[in-house]
Amino acid sequence: METTMTFEYAPAPESRAIVTIKPKYGHFIGGKFVAGSKHFPTINPATEEVLSQVALAGKAEVDAAVKAARKAYTTTWSKMSGKERGKYLYRIARIMQERAREFAVLETLDNGKPIRESRDTDIPLAAAHFFYHAGWADKLEYAGLGTSPKPLGVAGQIIPWNFPLLMLAWKVAPALAAGNTVVLKPAESTPLTALLFAEVCQQAELPAGVVNILTGDGSTGALIVNHPGIDKIAFTGSTEVGKIIARAVAPTNKSVTLELGGKAANIVFDDAPIDETVEGIVNGIFFNQGHVCCAGSRLLLQESVAEEVLHKLKNRMEKIRVGDPMDKNTDVGAINSKEQLSKIIELAAAGDSEGAERWSPACNLPSKGFWFAPTIFTGVTQAHRIAREEIFGPVLSVLTFRTPAEAIEKANNTPFGLSAGIWSEKGSRTLWASQQLRAGVIWANTFNKFDPTSPFGGYKESGWGREGGRHGLAAYLKGVNHE
Amino acid sequence: MSNRIDVKKTYKLYINGAFPRTESGRTYEVKNAKGVFVANPCLASRKDLRDAVVAARAAHSGWNKATAYNRGQILYRIAEMLEGRRAQFVEEIMNVTGATKAKAEKEVTDSVDRLVWYAGWTDKIASLAGSTNPVAGPFYNFTVPESMGVVAAIAPESPSLLGLIDAVAPIITSGNTVIVLASTKAPLSAMTFAEVLATSDLPAGVINILTGKKEELAPWMASHMDIDALDITGLKGKQFADIKVAGAENLKRIYSFKSADPGRIIAFMEAKTVWHPIGL
Repeated sequence: METTMTFEYAPAPESRAIVTIKPKYGHFIGGKFVAGSKHFPTINPATEEVLSQVALAGKAEVDAAVKAARKAYTTTWSKMSGKERGKYLYRIARIMQERAREFAVLETLDNGKPIRESRDTDIPLAAAHFFYHAGWADKLEYAGLGTSPKPLGVAGQIIPWNFPLLMLAWKVAPALAAGNTVVLKPAESTPLTALLFAEVCQQAELPAGVVNILTGDGSTGALIVNHPGIDKIAFTGSTEVGKIIARAVAPTNKSVTLELGGKAANIVFDDAPIDETVEGIVNGIFFNQGHVCCAGSRLLLQESVAEEVLHKLKNRMEKIRVGDPMDKNTDVGAINSKEQLSKIIELAAAGDSEGAERWSPACNLPSKGFWFAPTIFTGVTQAHRIAREEIFGPVLSVLTFRTPAEAIEKANNTPFGLSAGIWSEKGSRTLWASQQLRAGVIWANTFNKFDPTSPFGGYKESGWGREGGRHGLAAYLKGVNHE
Repeated sequence: MSNRIDVKKTYKLYINGAFPRTESGRTYEVKNAKGVFVANPCLASRKDLRDAVVAARAAHSGWNKATAYNRGQILYRIAEMLEGRRAQFVEEIMNVTGATKAKAEKEVTDSVDRLVWYAGWTDKIASLAGSTNPVAGPFYNFTVPESMGVVAAIAPESPSLLGLIDAVAPIITSGNTVIVLASTKAPLSAMTFAEVLATSDLPAGVINILTGKKEELAPWMASHMDIDALDITGLKGKQFADIKVAGAENLKRIYSFKSADPGRIIAFMEAKTVWHPIGL
């Protein structure tokens, strides 16, 4: 007789009542919202509902924002003591905590990520970044980056759509702590939490022009990168665009930091704790729909445990809840945009045509919005596109290895070097592997963990510089010795 | 005094611990400050550079794995060997650059002392540039700086020996391997320095030295996909832009420096952060 009962999850929707979205937004320049000239819609990718019309910044708006940032830099921010600058950052951190629920709901509506993640990860971490960097503002001379560290001036910051508010915090908090002023452009498809952040700056009474926010698309980004009034470019996004930026600023004196793509190996050795490992694999690739530059998108399984891990992984994947991002039980939400969905579909099709074997659990995807079921490909070789190119979606490529040396060889066989994972109960092997892997962040028996005190950034074509920790401050201070 | 005909040295390249001629068969003429012929050093080609990169890449794993203590001892050994050949370097610098004896002696003294200074950095730089990070959760989290891999360097025209040592020493201190292009006008002390390296227990391929033209080799250094970083201290500021554009293809880290400084070591290191859970 069957004794197991299955309980269905009841819907647990988060209310959107806490958020007021205006029908139309302008830019935030010199401490005020300024009406835009052209507008474009921002939508909820889970429903395709138009949430608002946001402004598209052109040359005039970029000029105005850079001018406001320069004025704030020369007249106010660079003259203020670090102690006072820090207090503004503490204020911002506290207001973000106060309005955390509002930010979380807005992030989920605009981005499509599960409310569980925006509520428990994105927003708390964003506030933590401001709180952490606030404390640096009056301690820069102790950071080991020169005895009298100086800010760079006006920073142009261009951020992606996968962690909109968190990436804003990674950029704005260290820039301001080090004494720079900023012109920030949120991603075209996720501008709303940055605009809410502008209100936080107003509530914190941050001096006008210290933070300027321009919404727009790639053309706005190019205007910022090429603007002669900007001293520093900080960009998070694709390696392709990162290289365009590196070339564009080559003839200038602008300093640059880049956080770019990845194709992280997640290595499972034969002595790994299998159940924990399976959780880690799921978190590594399906967290945030796989829209994560450091996602564990190449699973490397030691042959002797490959079958067992795959069996348990598929069982676990059957239980992933894909659907309404506003439901508190949802694990995997919507793909952020139609464009991104087509990229994922295209690369997954390449996996089929190049001979890998596709598997997804049965799931009922909503009829409206942009969706892609959690997917794994087995029988993947290193030559396959799905083993080499960043998919930036919930698609895992599974490869196998026999010896630890082969695992390292395969893991490092990529132009990227952002992150990697190691699963093993053997301390010496874990430390050995962490030394061999050419990547900026190594997660051992865990994955996708972030913290403001912990430097993040890549080797090789995954970028220039680090964000977070003492190392991240260097990105916003004048080079002690080199140009 | 004597009518003896002296035995002159053939100046060749230093690649993978050996002294090959340039595969291109090309040389150029170096004259001393008075315009008198001194030597025909190699005019290194793109192929020589590629051979040097292969050697440097192959040497990286072993040099990077060597203990910091061991690297420090080898750097110190290079200083010992240079000290023992002071007279030869002083004479060569005076002859080629026309420097006074006092000036040439100072350059050689500074070169030896600089090597000793970097020898002491090998086992200290990680303490300065690394950290343990107090993350908000049950994790042990630390950041260690590591070597980047293969770095190319363009040494300044002058000072020809000290400039070369200032380029290569900070690069290899952390475990990188290097291909350096010596001063074009005064390349002889660089090639004699290779003889010092060859007797210092430095593994083959860790330092590779080319002589030739900056305008010819710098763009190939910038575009080579297996070079991770580039020191362009020896180039003129107006040449930086083209080099940086070419280097963007594999996002090379490209820097120029003003002085010797621990920052010069750190510039060619990558910070690696490792997380591990804490629990019973």
